[in-house]
Amino acid sequence: MLKGPTPEVDTGEALPLLDVRDLTVEFQTRRGVVTAVRHVNISLAKGETLGIVGESGSGKSVTSYAVMRILDRAGRIADGSVMFSNLDLRQIDESDMRDLRGREMSMIFQSPRLALNPIRKIGHQIEDVLLQHAQADKDVVADKAVEMLEQVRIARPRERYHAYPFELSGGMCQRVVIALALACRPQLLIADEPTTGLDVTTQKAVMDLVTELTRERGMSTILITHDLGLAAAYCDKVIVMEKGHVVETAKAETIFRNPQHAYTRKLMRATPRPGIGLRDLLPEEEAARAGAIGAAAAGSAAPLLKVEKLVKEYPRQGAATSLSRLFKSGPTPEGDVFRAVDGISFEIARGESVGLVGESGCGKSTTSMMLMRLIDKTSGTITFDGEDIGAIPARDFATLPQRRRIQMVFQDPTDSLNPRFTAARAIADPLLRLSDIPRKDLRARIEELATQVGLPLELLDRFPHQLSGGQKARVGIARAIALKPDLVVLDEPTAALDVSVQAVVLNLLQDLKDKLGMSYLFVSHDLNVVRLLCDRVIVMKSGQIVEQGLTARVMDAPQAEYTRDLLAAIPHPPI
Amino acid sequence: MTDTLNALPPVTTPPAAPVAEKTEHNSLLRHARYVMAENAVTGLAFALFALIALCALIGPYIVPHDPLASDTAAALQAPSWKHWFGTDQLGRDIFSRVVVATRLDFIIAITSVALVFAMGGLAGIAAGYFGGWTDRIVSRLSDTIMAFPLFVLAMGIVAALGNTVTNIVIATAIINFPLYVRVARAEANVRREAGFVQAARLSGNGDMRILLGHILPNIMPIMMVQISLTMGYAILNAAGLSFIGLGVKPPTPEWGIMVAEGAANIISGEWWIALFPGAALMLAVFTFNLLGDGLRDLVDPQRRT
Repeated sequence: MLKGPTPEVDTGEALPLLDVRDLTVEFQTRRGVVTAVRHVNISLAKGETLGIVGESGSGKSVTSYAVMRILDRAGRIADGSVMFSNLDLRQIDESDMRDLRGREMSMIFQSPRLALNPIRKIGHQIEDVLLQHAQADKDVVADKAVEMLEQVRIARPRERYHAYPFELSGGMCQRVVIALALACRPQLLIADEPTTGLDVTTQKAVMDLVTELTRERGMSTILITHDLGLAAAYCDKVIVMEKGHVVETAKAETIFRNPQHAYTRKLMRATPRPGIGLRDLLPEEEAARAGAIGAAAAGSAAPLLKVEKLVKEYPRQGAATSLSRLFKSGPTPEGDVFRAVDGISFEIARGESVGLVGESGCGKSTTSMMLMRLIDKTSGTITFDGEDIGAIPARDFATLPQRRRIQMVFQDPTDSLNPRFTAARAIADPLLRLSDIPRKDLRARIEELATQVGLPLELLDRFPHQLSGGQKARVGIARAIALKPDLVVLDEPTAALDVSVQAVVLNLLQDLKDKLGMSYLFVSHDLNVVRLLCDRVIVMKSGQIVEQGLTARVMDAPQAEYTRDLLAAIPHPPI
Repeated sequence: MTDTLNALPPVTTPPAAPVAEKTEHNSLLRHARYVMAENAVTGLAFALFALIALCALIGPYIVPHDPLASDTAAALQAPSWKHWFGTDQLGRDIFSRVVVATRLDFIIAITSVALVFAMGGLAGIAAGYFGGWTDRIVSRLSDTIMAFPLFVLAMGIVAALGNTVTNIVIATAIINFPLYVRVARAEANVRREAGFVQAARLSGNGDMRILLGHILPNIMPIMMVQISLTMGYAILNAAGLSFIGLGVKPPTPEWGIMVAEGAANIISGEWWIALFPGAALMLAVFTFNLLGDGLRDLVDPQRRT
């Protein structure tokens, strides 16, 4: 059994809680040894919050895994030292390490749902941790678990103790994960992208909670994120990593005001924020080359798309089975159907781009699926260029000529490409099915499209897994515009991309719109991104439209309470 | 933890290898060589498979003796240089019979697996993709088949339909039907809502094209494992039916019959009559079971970098 480190007693203030020197991590791969992290130095004082910022592949997660010694089998610490208070984490054996993890240092992972055991009550999961590390006796452990739930601000903790993870929202699950991580009062908390995938208001609540608990308990926290704004808003100190190197270490207040390294500046430029234009996201030299953005096309008299009183209802889960109704006493309060989209009306003019904004579960995805004719509406009309396409069953729509006029760019570029199709084949798919292009011209058309979206032609014969995220996004965009559609629905097309890639893709979308005269419906939860690309914004909440209007008006003078909440929840770095 | 590996810079952007210039055929061969070299077991499995396939193809032309010619003077001889595996009660050369039998057993296995793959695989992905009534009918049908002891069901089918090789193939296909349905259904079901299926719909693909052109190729790796496993099972099943006197009739050389014929002689000490065809059977099943992983690696594009 290992004694808990007590730095205050035997060392004093000068010694940092975590001192990483010269850390180098290597991975054994099919193509030989890959160095993921090179000579990284991190020093974290007690009670300090440190942000590690970088894009995918920068080695930020690997660094934290190395500190926790949870690298997978192919990875190993090749060089350097990791000191945790006065313990050398590279030297102590695995059983001591296991004892340290969870008790002295714990971790919050990206996906809260994956981090929780889906078939165990959350209260029991917290008890497991407490018992494992002998933090409580069997008779009081339940009370302690409830207390933990209370501390992470879960309302009605005694009831929620008996809840299963699937009964809780994403934000609530993340709170439970935080409760698990903090149950044993660790000295070091590592949060690996704790709010990615959460709504912006939930992100704010979770981050506020983490900072508050950190302060209350005098813990040290490492926040790993791709979002420079988030790190600067919540951390004392920020480390910027690129390709396994630390390129800059600075205080949070100064990094935004006075970034030293070119990469930090590039990252900062690419981060969407108020008061800038789309071109400002690109590095200076590219922004100059890109030229001015075309003026918004003046809407012609008849709108391209007109949606009136659109409703989508789903049967409530469990409501359909008569058996469960037998055992429940009293009437169900909310009826048997759930209205995902509740009577919304809006228009999109030709050449206009409209943003559809809201948090997860607000019905924005359901709306876009209905417009795309992938699912059927319950009631209402969808008029596209004078024709009520809402009346055509979704099943039949795929092979109709109207299909080519409405296309979509999907959220996840990986998921939306068939793993067995090469890039060229993926782009060819709509051309083969819905256009009468002769076979001999097909390749030329594909290459033309690839050039339009900036995809190097030599990548056309690669499979999706051989392409980077940005390249896959380009393939998805090329596929969507292949048939020269009138309306393109963009379903969070950049949510899965790094900020610098996002900047390029957003600019590409704008250029394509100027060139091809399409209309966009841009579905997103990120108001800062919507601001850049859209002429008008529609804000949705619980299936209804709470506000719509010109982008500048909605952003600068929001009328609805909810819009104001959304705007306020965006992390504000200290500038 | 897979995240960690994906996050590595040199891996996510593969070097611009001249893959595209090579023809598809060429790259498949190179990939096959890579898969076999990487895993010794896979290499062994493919080597054994090649041996079995070779016996099936040219076996009858290379064997030293006529597998049907009896020579009562040389009956029940132990293995020797003249008769490598010895001779049986009628003096027929067991080595020749074992080699020649390969073709029949191989054909039964391949045709029955092809049949069940076509029936069960298609029914399964249709059930998984469409859901609703299609799913209910297909799933209950396969549940019904599963409710019988499978070998007894196969016996019943062959007994009812008649004692021919065709009926053995049909019976073997029917008892494997639920296995294919379940795997294909589960795999198609998770892909039904995948982004690339939605995208295919937007590109104007009808349901049939999505099923056969988009979903089926994506579940091929897992179906390959199923195919190789049931291949071994099919051989075993055909031999089993012959062993109990259904199916292939003597004097046709077939492993199951040969084991049955030799079983009575084990007690009197002539072990070789049953042992060698039994060993051939075991080797074939073993080979097909080993083959699964290798086949999956071959058809999985993720492995082809």
